[in-house]
Amino acid sequence: MRYAMAIDTKKCVGCGDCVVACQTENNVPHGYCRDWIVERVDGTYPSLSLEFRSERCNHCDNSPCVRCCPTGASHKAEGGIVLVTHTKCIGCGACIESCPYDARYPHPEGYVDKCTFCIHRVQKGQNPACVDVCPTRCLHFGDLDDPNSDVSLALKDRKWKVLAPEAGTKPQLYFLT
Amino acid sequence: MKTRRDFIKISAAGTGATVLGLSAFGAKKFKWFEPKIEGPVSDEDLTPYATYCEVCFWKCAGWAYVDKQGRIRKVVGNQNDPHCNGRLCPRGTGGVGMYYDEDRLKTPLIREKNSDGSQYFREASWDEALNLVATKMTEVKDKYGPEAFGLFNHGNPGTHLEHLLRAYGSESNAEPAFANCRGPRSAAYFSTFGAYIGSPECTDIRDTQCLVLIGSHLGENMHNSQVQEMSQAIDNGATIITVDPRFSTAAAHSTHWLPIKPSTDIALLMAWIHVLIYEELFNKDFVEKYTFGLDHLKEHVKNMTPEWAYGITDIQPDVIRTTAKAMAGAAPAVVIHPGRHVVWYGDDTQRERAMAILTALLGAWGKRGSLYLPESVSIPKYPQPEYPEPEWTWKDINEGKYPLATMGITTELLKASIPRLNKKHQVKAWLVGGTNLPLAMPDKKLFKEAADSVEFIAVMDTMPMEITGYADVILPEATYLERYDFIRSAQNREPNIALRVPAAEPKYDSKPGWWIAKQIGERLGLHDYFNYDDFSEVIDWQLKQMGTSLEEMKKIGVKTYPRQSGPLYIGEGEDFKFNTNTGKIELYAVDFSDEGFDPMPVYKPHPEPPQNFYRLIYGRAPMHTFSRTSNNPNLWDLMSENSVWVNPKVADLWGLKKDEEVWLKNQDGAVTSFPVKVRVTERIRWDSVYMVHGFGHSDKKLSRAFGRGASDEELITNIAVDPIMGGTGMRGNFITFLKEDPAMEVKEDKA
Repeated sequence: MRYAMAIDTKKCVGCGDCVVACQTENNVPHGYCRDWIVERVDGTYPSLSLEFRSERCNHCDNSPCVRCCPTGASHKAEGGIVLVTHTKCIGCGACIESCPYDARYPHPEGYVDKCTFCIHRVQKGQNPACVDVCPTRCLHFGDLDDPNSDVSLALKDRKWKVLAPEAGTKPQLYFLT
Repeated sequence: MKTRRDFIKISAAGTGATVLGLSAFGAKKFKWFEPKIEGPVSDEDLTPYATYCEVCFWKCAGWAYVDKQGRIRKVVGNQNDPHCNGRLCPRGTGGVGMYYDEDRLKTPLIREKNSDGSQYFREASWDEALNLVATKMTEVKDKYGPEAFGLFNHGNPGTHLEHLLRAYGSESNAEPAFANCRGPRSAAYFSTFGAYIGSPECTDIRDTQCLVLIGSHLGENMHNSQVQEMSQAIDNGATIITVDPRFSTAAAHSTHWLPIKPSTDIALLMAWIHVLIYEELFNKDFVEKYTFGLDHLKEHVKNMTPEWAYGITDIQPDVIRTTAKAMAGAAPAVVIHPGRHVVWYGDDTQRERAMAILTALLGAWGKRGSLYLPESVSIPKYPQPEYPEPEWTWKDINEGKYPLATMGITTELLKASIPRLNKKHQVKAWLVGGTNLPLAMPDKKLFKEAADSVEFIAVMDTMPMEITGYADVILPEATYLERYDFIRSAQNREPNIALRVPAAEPKYDSKPGWWIAKQIGERLGLHDYFNYDDFSEVIDWQLKQMGTSLEEMKKIGVKTYPRQSGPLYIGEGEDFKFNTNTGKIELYAVDFSDEGFDPMPVYKPHPEPPQNFYRLIYGRAPMHTFSRTSNNPNLWDLMSENSVWVNPKVADLWGLKKDEEVWLKNQDGAVTSFPVKVRVTERIRWDSVYMVHGFGHSDKKLSRAFGRGASDEELITNIAVDPIMGGTGMRGNFITFLKEDPAMEVKEDKA
């Protein structure tokens, strides 16, 4: 089993719904976020292109945050989801420094926090909150080992890219282009 | 727009941490601890309460999830609601922020004067506040007649007050949603098709093969189901044509982006019409069977060639032809989107007419993938007496102008409030519900003079807004998550209703709008119009007439009914009578010609920016609804201020840097109260700037939104009035940059 997400940049409008839904679902404190929107503009007027990307933890196969964690708080859970056990985290911040995606933030309670792919929902057969709320349905989640999962179907016949492939982290967010 | 870098900035501001927040850990380093903040709660441990959203007018139905401690944890869309299909937009998802906002109005407030003449608000009991409103209403009625009590309203809160005023004997009401927003569309489509576009718009984007957006920025205006359907259209490979001087989100997702010179849309539309007619690309069967005036139109557009339009619009003739052909190829499955906020240049009804004519030539009305025939449920009227007939209404306030206005015009109601203007019908007092007039309306001077002239203003709202600063009495309303409200009935493919029940007790000393209206009504002796103890009785009675009940609706939230009016689309060759003068779709508008207006649209040039000035274009961001959400903690997190978009060429000329703060000054010398950050971006033309509307709040009680960004409304002093329906065209304003603080004091409005 390998959980992953595909994000369709041809449809995303950058509305930020994924960010608020994550905030209310996971009780993320105000001023912080586990997912975010990147807007990229290329070209000169009027020959332009614009890409919105809903970004979050890449739940990397080769995850530097897990390797560098001195207490084992950062760990791999079922389906390759990278989690932080809050009670084991000492807030040293090594994982924040090691992440090429800037996906982690220091929670005011003193631990490091990040996207969990809403594992509490996934375990009950639901999608992550961001996936279920997205008005454009540009987020696809599921098990890459299951050819009929949403994410597998979304990746079929589409071009995709991952972010910072040069970091060698084997990220599991796939941006459909 | 929030990026990861912005987030770090925000977190630093919020916690006093340095860039990566490491110092935040100081005290807790190497200590094991138990986190205090709770993590997520499973849905099965939460109780859902039916609601429909009040963060915008789309009114998506959803469920407010409440935990065992009675706290509202989240709001999620109702799967069976065609407005949202189970997916709320960011504002709806962030609707909880409206409930939790600690800056909310907490108790009734009454304006008082100190001995030195200075004024302040005193906390008051509900009895005092309601008695005062009722006393003033009685005074106005005795002195001037009930008609002199005006109402500015929007949405559900406004409708409760409208019921009160109608029962009291006044129909002197207006809402910005008409003359400051979609009014031209109503007038144009009604005169062409004998039907309104309505809300949610009857656009069949889901099944379209070609979507045409004229300045409409879907995706930035989060009209939920439309944005969802645009996404479906992208999946289906539909052609999307976007006409916009700005590289909008929709433009970025389009097959063709036409970066038009602002204010020239009518020329482009007429050239498209020329191509369809003269290259015989129009839908001949449809036009012959259902329309009136093709010969007139053909003669009218004879010289309006793409080459003619090129000189006006900057759009190349071959692009005009290519896109016209794309529409013709997809016809009738074409949506020429009628837009929503369409008061731009004062000839807006004519521009909307051109869009309606284009629609008709493509046969794109009442056909799959074009504009469908909507239907709504009629809600039975709760047994109450008829309203008294006022001696004059908002119509008379217009004094014979704007013959095709179908609703009150805000600016005319303001003018009627100013004795100096010596109007025949004068308004002496206002109720205001659900609209923040100072930030919703252009021409602040007019508003201020009117507000200063009237004898009494009562404002009902959930938040301290600029408008509450003008009030004599402030009535704190409970948010939509804390109250029963009208049953939602809105048009759609299938008629449907939605329920709103309280998910929690009203916070502080706020009260539901229905309760406030009833309490005032009872004090005025209008009990027969408020013949219930709790609004749930009204809802339950109405639902029972409709074959359901409050009990059932609490479980399902949304109920859909079978269509009564016939199919969603007009059948092939079916006889169909349109509700117009000729019974046909009027390419030549008989109404307009009767009233002395151009029966077919004519392009007329509009003023252009003077040297060193740039046209002010404004619009929306997907996470905010005008000025009402800027203080919402969840939505503030997503976007806390606006910026002024400047093309890099212009930025170079002025030496403007990214995020530099500037004040904006318009052609009449009006300057923004606050500076605004520069966003240097290729996404805007060099002759224009762009701002998201709704920022630059001047009320200090909005602890987050105060002074954040600038208000475009302050720069809109030139209004091009639409002679047909009174629309207030707001895009004829030009701004320049002030790099130094103009030392303008932010003056507290009246309060």
